[in-house]
This record gives sequence, C-alpha cells and structure tokens, in this order.
Amino acid sequence: MDAGRSQRRRLPVTFVGHVDHGKSTVIGRLLADTGRLAAGKMAAVRTLCEQTGKPFEYAFLLDALKDERTQGITIDAARCFFRGETRDYLFIDAPGHIEFLRNMISGAARAEAALLVIDAGEGVRENSRRHATLLGLLGIEHVIVLVNKMDLVGFERAAFEAIAGTFRAFLGELGLVGAAWIPVCARDGDNIARPSARTPWYAGPTVLGALEALEDRPGGEEGPLRLPVQDVYRFAAGGDRRRIVAGRVASGRLAVGDELLFLPSGKRSRVATIEVFHGEAPTVAAAGVSTGLTLAEQIYIRRGEIACHPDRPARVAGSIRASVFWMAHQPLEQGREYKMKLGCGETPVVVEAIERTLDAADLSVGGAADRLARHGVGDVVLRCRRSLALDVASQATETGRFVLVDSYEIAGGGIVREVLEDAIDAYRRAARVRELKWIAGGLDAAARRVRYGHGPALVMITGPVDSGRKDLARDLERRLFEAGRHVYYLAIGSVVHGVDLDLTGDPAHAEEHLRRFGEVAHLLLDTGLIVVATARDLGRRDLESVAALVEPDPVVTVGLGAGYAGDPFVQVPLAAYPPHAEAHARILAALENAGVIPRS
Amino acid sequence: MDRLDELESQSVYVLREAYAKFSDLCMLWSVGKDSTALLWLARKAFFGHVPFPLVHIDTGFKIPEMIAFRDRLVRAWSLQMLFGRNEEALARGATFPGGALTRLECCRALKTEALKHVLDGSWPRYRVDPATGEYRPVTDRRPFAGVIVGLRADEEGSRSKERVFSPRDRRGDWDVADQPPEFWNQFKTDFAPGTHVRIHPLLDWTEVDIWNYIDREAVPVTELYFDRGEGRRYRSLGCAPCTGAVTSTARTVAEIVAELTTGSLSRVAERSGRAQDEEDGGGLERLRSEGYM
Repeated sequence: MDAGRSQRRRLPVTFVGHVDHGKSTVIGRLLADTGRLAAGKMAAVRTLCEQTGKPFEYAFLLDALKDERTQGITIDAARCFFRGETRDYLFIDAPGHIEFLRNMISGAARAEAALLVIDAGEGVRENSRRHATLLGLLGIEHVIVLVNKMDLVGFERAAFEAIAGTFRAFLGELGLVGAAWIPVCARDGDNIARPSARTPWYAGPTVLGALEALEDRPGGEEGPLRLPVQDVYRFAAGGDRRRIVAGRVASGRLAVGDELLFLPSGKRSRVATIEVFHGEAPTVAAAGVSTGLTLAEQIYIRRGEIACHPDRPARVAGSIRASVFWMAHQPLEQGREYKMKLGCGETPVVVEAIERTLDAADLSVGGAADRLARHGVGDVVLRCRRSLALDVASQATETGRFVLVDSYEIAGGGIVREVLEDAIDAYRRAARVRELKWIAGGLDAAARRVRYGHGPALVMITGPVDSGRKDLARDLERRLFEAGRHVYYLAIGSVVHGVDLDLTGDPAHAEEHLRRFGEVAHLLLDTGLIVVATARDLGRRDLESVAALVEPDPVVTVGLGAGYAGDPFVQVPLAAYPPHAEAHARILAALENAGVIPRS
Repeated sequence: MDRLDELESQSVYVLREAYAKFSDLCMLWSVGKDSTALLWLARKAFFGHVPFPLVHIDTGFKIPEMIAFRDRLVRAWSLQMLFGRNEEALARGATFPGGALTRLECCRALKTEALKHVLDGSWPRYRVDPATGEYRPVTDRRPFAGVIVGLRADEEGSRSKERVFSPRDRRGDWDVADQPPEFWNQFKTDFAPGTHVRIHPLLDWTEVDIWNYIDREAVPVTELYFDRGEGRRYRSLGCAPCTGAVTSTARTVAEIVAELTTGSLSRVAERSGRAQDEEDGGGLERLRSEGYM
C-alpha cells in the first residue's frame, strides 16, 4: 500500500463565477483529461444525453442531479475528489446563479483557494465581481482566474488582456491577488491539463499546473490559543469519573500544565491531562485538532466560552463593528434582534446601525441605511445582549467570524472588524443611565451612613458547590448584626424564583440571572445595608459584572476553594469551609479598608 | 496533521455539535464499514462512550453474517442499539425476493418506510441486550429529532450535494434546491417544531479514507469485506438478494486499499454491486429525496 499517497493533504478548492461561464465544464474536463473518471462514467453521461436529446457536455459529469441536468445550471455546490501529482484536491463546484448565492457561499467558505471563471465572450459580469467580493470576506486569499471560452474571441491575446486587466484592478481593491491568469477553452481542453497550441502567446501554467503550484495554508499554530468550549462531559457509565472539557483548537496550541483563562466568565484553571480514546494521551493539542482536557482545579464552565492563555486573551465584547453579507429574503434591519453564533457561543444581538452598504457587484459604496437587502454586503454595529468572547478577525480568523440567525435560518455571515465596547463597560453604562433616571427620595446616602454608623457594601461570597458559602454568609450576617450593623443575607437562589420567574435554567440565561441579581443587590445597597450575598462558581467576569452594576458602592469579593487562590480580583481568597473566625476577621478588615465600617 | 487526522477532527467536531444540540439523537448503524467507522469516531468523540442509541433497520434479508457481527459488537462495546423492520410487508411477502415488488419498490418498503416509522416511533422497536445478546421489545417510542448518518459525498451524485446538518420536513423529504447555508462550521441547529435533521459527519471522507482509517485504528469490520479463498468479496453491503460480490483476492485492509487506489477496482464505482441503483436513471436520487439513506 502506498501509505504516503493516501495520507496526503487534500486541498479544498472552489470554482466560482457568473452563471454559465463554464465552472462545471472546467472541472469535468480536468477529470477527463487526467484520466480520473471512474470507468463507464463518461459513457453513462453520453447515453443519458442521447436519451434526453441533449448534446454531451463535460459539465454533466458534475451536475449529478436530474434537476440540474434539466435546467442546465448548477443548483448546489457539489464536492468531487481529484488526485493530483503532488497532492489531492477537494473540488467544490459552486453555483453561479444569483438565486443560489447561499449555496455558493456554503461551498466556497470551506475552500483554501478559488478558481474564478470568466467568459471571454461576456467578460466580467455581476457575479464575477460579487463572488470575488465574497471570497475576500470569506478569507480566501489564493484566486486563480480563468478566462474561458477563448474560442469566442479567436484566442486573441488582446481580448484576454483586456478582461484580465479590468479584473486585476477589481481584485486589487478587495486586497486579493490573482495567483495565476489563464486563457482557456474548457470545452476543448485548451490549457486545462495540457498547454494549448492555440494560445502560443501564453507562457504561463495550465490550470492543473497552477493548482499544483498553490501553497498550503499554514496550520494556524502560531496564532494565539483559542479553544472554543464545545461541551463539558461527565459520562458516568463504567465508573468513568473524568470531567472533560471538549472542543476543537481554533488557533494556537496548548500543553499539559498550561494555565487557561476562560472567557467571558474569567475563570482560570490549569490543564491537568489531555484525554484521548484509544491511543497514547498527547501532551499538546494544536490548531485544528478536536480534543478534550481535564482541569487541575474544578471550575464551572459551560459551552460557548473560549479558553485562551492569560497573556493573549480574547476580547469580551459588548458591541462590535463588523462587515456582514446577507443571504435571507427578509432584509437585515436596523433595530432588529438576531441570534449571533460565533465559535460555540451564541448571543442575541441588536443591529444598532448599518453604517455603510457596499454594492458587491461594482464595489460602489452607499451611505448609512436602515436595511441591508438580500445578497448585500455592509458594515454594521451590533450590540451583544450577552457578553461573548471573540476576536477581531485580523487577529484570529476563526474566532473573529460569525453567522446571524433569523427565525431558525442562517441569514448572514460576518467578520469582526473592531470591538467597540467591552461587555463590562456596557453594564457600567447601563448602570449610569439608571442612576441618572433614578427617582430619588428625600434622604441621601450620607444621611443613612450617619444614622447607621456605616456605609453600604456588597460582600460577594462565591465558590464551588460544597464549599460552605451559605454557612459562612449566615454566620457573617449574624456577627455583623450583633455588632450593630444593618445587614441582610441575599442568596442568588432567592432571586431565581421571583424576579427570574420568566427565565429558565438554560445556560443562555445565566448572564441575565446575574444581571437581575446585581440589580436587586443594588436596590438593597441603596437602602444603606451591608448585603452579604452568595452565588455559586462566579468567575472574574461575573464578579466584574456585579461590581459594575452596583457601582459606586464597594464590593468585597470572597472566593472559597483553590480555584480562587491567587486571583487578584478576589480580595479575600479562603479555603473551602474556612474557619469562620478567620474568615470574619479578614472580611471585616476588607470592609474597613474599603471605608465601609470605621476601623476598630 | 495528516489527512486522516483532519477528517477525524472534523467528524468528531460534528458529532459533538449534534450531541450538544439534540436531546433526541440517534445514529444509524447499517453494520457496514462506513457506519462502523462512524461508530468508532463516536467513541473517539465521547472518550469511549456512545451517549445515544444506535438504530439498525433490519430488512429481514441482510446477509446473515452482518447480523451476527452487529450483535457481537453490541455486546463487546456495551452499545445501546435499537432495531426495527417493516413487519407487515415481510409477513405478506410484499417484497422483491417475494416476487411482489421491483427492487426499487422493495427498498422503499423495507428501508425507507421502515426507517421513517422506526424513527418516529410509530412502529415497534427492539433492542439487543448488551449483557445477554437477547432481543427485547422497547417501550420507549419517543421520535428522534436528530439522526446521525454515515453517508459520504463520493458515493454517488446526489450525495455530493448534501449538507452536514440537513433538515427534513415533516414527511422526511429532502429539498435539494432549498438547503440552508452552511459555512465556517456553523450549522443549522435552530428548528421550527416538527422538523428533524440528518447529520452527516462522514461527508468529506472517500471510500479509501474509510479503509485507511479502519486500518490505522484497527476498527473491526465484518469478514464479508475480505476474500475468504473464493476470489470474491463484498465491496458494499446490503440485502443478500440485491448485493453482488466483486472479483477480488484482497484478504486484508491493506490489500483492499491497494486494490482501490491502484488496482483492479480503482476506476469502478463503489455501488456497482448494488442492483437497485441500475433500475432507473435517477433511482437513488428519487429514493433519497424520499428519505432513503
């Protein structure tokens, strides 16, 4: 067995261009001229053509479906495998008809290179440009341009140069560079697999040659570590006790022992093991690999978070500026809400503004608008209803692009150009607006402070399940009360069954639970109380969110268990089930330092 | 990463997406090489576990070794496996081997119909007890909303246009001209009530990839794929009356790979031994739009 050959890389290449410019014919001819067709395939298609009274076309070798043969156009992207000399290829034949643009995108998005076919007779058409624009947004850098049907222009060099010249300028505006420019007549095989005698003036590669000359895309290992958490497994069957964080490394690499920062929660832990079924457990996992790991400190994280190295963190966005393309019949509308999916995370987003629309067919720029029509491209501002970890696409491609879902359907895609506001800033801004609108009573905070002998404060106690949070909180409440403080114990669970009645236990609601809890805490603080609160497994971002919501009142964060040791944001890190006297003393000291109670 | 690593990682990603998004999930297991490789990939994705039931449609005409192999693996790997069949058609003899139907009609009755009704819970389900190997009726008739299927794009024309997550309407039909967009590994995972979804983790694998993977991972497959001294073997498995063997002396996976890449089968279509494909120019295409796998 030729193991080397079967394990070769398979380069995905998409064929795009205007309808009827000959994409399927190019692929059919490539297969036929290199002897890669299954025996009988050509004969079968010839027979079928005779039966249906149609002339034989190489395109039919690809157009597998009856519908497509009848209509003579490609409806959906077809995959086909091609064995080259130096490597293998996955050819993706994308439809050129505008009606099937989303099929074109589905096909083209997975490619690393594109062949763009232009009809020499018709020249550059609307979809030649539209497809090129989308290739740019989809992140495909290598484009081979074919000027097909050269027989229609008598194989004239001038005709070829004219089309190539126009299109080269257009690609330049998109930041794309043609990897090769080739005059072909796909029907007759000119310059497909063999150089053509009919273009003696052309010294460049054949289509096959240009494909073989493409360079493989680098693996993405050099980028910052991004591991979108796909799931957390705990399979009990067979006595399995592992808790495995599963996901596919989007960029960078991680190793056993690495400290990981999970965003948006802000929780930290260390990689204990990399798990694998059948085979030796590796010690590193790099970009592209679907992996699973166990953590040294048990922290509660969920699908949708992104694990990074703390020194190269992802962003946590409140609002972003993005370039989007739209595929749904219903236009994208300003002010409307859509679901954004990025990595394994999702959040509702509101379209704050459509700043610029771009006509993908001629790149002419339109100004601000209130909608983006089907097949349109534009720059928009999106406000995330829940915070989501992401990247600017130029920094990390995979975690910098997203899709928008409208009523069950993927309606558009986009890439993140800029993070406009951090999620915590968005909370802070909302809290400021709330303070401005607040209908104040006749007493101010200073009057209450004088009466009570202390100021308001939130003592936020968190930790994993079974760490003694509530016992500590109740004891602290009693001790403060006996010392003459005005104090109240609020568990996040108390809010759940009243204020949160409309929310479910769905992880997607976790952030809203926390926001409402913060608002309730804020109300109590406004009455001048010291609020002792408990919530399970809050991470750095959660704690920051709560702090932002109750600003400017002070927060003393108390973290129980090893997971909070060394976290600079936790003022009072303690062991699980800490001795209450010690905990009390340290929390009191923190309240004194914050100026809540007078120094004893 | 080599190609098999890339294919494996992508399939594992798809399996995990399906598991994260569907609570009523199952995986079809035909017992053939593709769905057995897929079963292996599921054990990789879930670290030795298979956290959803396998569903096998028993036409009653499967080659007997297939059923024996199936039951052996259920016990060895402690799999939850359900099976069902078109009991009514089999009882009446309304089949191709019974002389009542064409091959294509028989496929429709014993596979498409049986599959539809076993998945939606309207026909009985049975299970193989992994501890004893005994068959028992199953009372749980919950319909499955997500069905993982091991089809590959290179098998035949219509499969080359499948999506990874492919929604079916209430009747289980596939509308090839109106498929949801799918890019950047973002799949259609939001649904109106009543739709169900086929999930295809093996779309990008070729027949040779599957064999190379079986070889690399030592995935067990039935003996029917190998020549056992008769100069013949099965390349694709189905019902005994409609599945022909190919002439071959390949006795090992490595020999199969050699035969497919450079040898006698390198330019012969995989399903050439499957008689139902030949009955009608677009036969398989039509069956598939009706729900055939």
